[in-house]
Amino acid sequence: MDYIFDNERPIYIQLVEMLRIEIVSGKMKQGERLPSVRELALIARVNPNTMQKALVELEEEGLVYTERTNGKFVTTNSELINNIKKELAQEKIKKFLNDMENIGITCDEAIVYLQKLGGDINGITRM
Amino acid sequence: MELLECKNLCKEFDHKEILKNINLKIPKGKIIGLLGKNGAGKTTLIKLINDLLTPTSGEILINGKNPGILSKEIISYLPERTYLDKDMNIKQVLVYFEEFYSNFNSNKAEKLLKDLNLDINTKISKMSKGMQEKLQLILVMSREAQLYILDEPLGGVDPATRDYILDTILSNFNEGASVVISTHLIADIERILDEVIFVDNGEIRLMSSADELRTKEKASIDEIFRRYFKC
Repeated sequence: MDYIFDNERPIYIQLVEMLRIEIVSGKMKQGERLPSVRELALIARVNPNTMQKALVELEEEGLVYTERTNGKFVTTNSELINNIKKELAQEKIKKFLNDMENIGITCDEAIVYLQKLGGDINGITRM
Repeated sequence: MELLECKNLCKEFDHKEILKNINLKIPKGKIIGLLGKNGAGKTTLIKLINDLLTPTSGEILINGKNPGILSKEIISYLPERTYLDKDMNIKQVLVYFEEFYSNFNSNKAEKLLKDLNLDINTKISKMSKGMQEKLQLILVMSREAQLYILDEPLGGVDPATRDYILDTILSNFNEGASVVISTHLIADIERILDEVIFVDNGEIRLMSSADELRTKEKASIDEIFRRYFKC
């Protein structure tokens, strides 16, 4: 994935968000061993201290755990992953509905639009 | 004990105060941005730390000792302007560094030079400005030092070279070592900083964790710096 940062927000928070998505989307698999902090920092081209801070945060959330002497792993707790996925989805939907409202489309109208699309993003051009 | 500490540090030239009462502590394992406009006093501070200038008053402690022969082993310094003999080729420069610094890791330097596809028989005078900057950085980062002090490492290089320089810094500083980067090109570098120090008119105006400052001001370090020092 591309790590592109917005300098206006703390870098570690942006890293947490990016890694969280990697995990809930399954790009980082359950139980997978993470590269070392230094390696991860190099991949994201950030300071190792910042990456460390992000991993601590993910560990507090439970998405990552440390096995002593063995490194860090992605959680195998599917329920937790699903819950976080739902939270993320809710956030995105809220933002989407907000954007719709700003252009004068009510929630009900937005739902109709979405149903018309029938899950086909390319259908937008046909509407 | 701090890696580097400045206590009430002052420097005057011809009765003009260039640095006024600088107090600062630099711990181990951090990347710190020394940020200020041209003429703010950044290079003077760096030269004092590197024992190239003598303080008018106050004290500098590096691992608890004043600057001197010992501190030159601890600090690896990239000056603003190149000091390499342009008539030397890269191989000669490597030998020179090896003889000069006991902590120079020539294997590392050779590997980094190889990644750049640089022929070690190339004369410095035949290299582009960007290439010379890269060579100089490789030499400095190939020393197993405790403190790297880089004075304007991004001055006058193109964006691709800028990325190369940042990556080389990130991937080569020793674990537990600290890096001080002086620059006025904040936007390019702020992503890798732990801490920022704003210097203006010979004084330290602000010292903070970079992420805490972003949270507090809801802006980038670059933006915050511009607000502070609006001309």
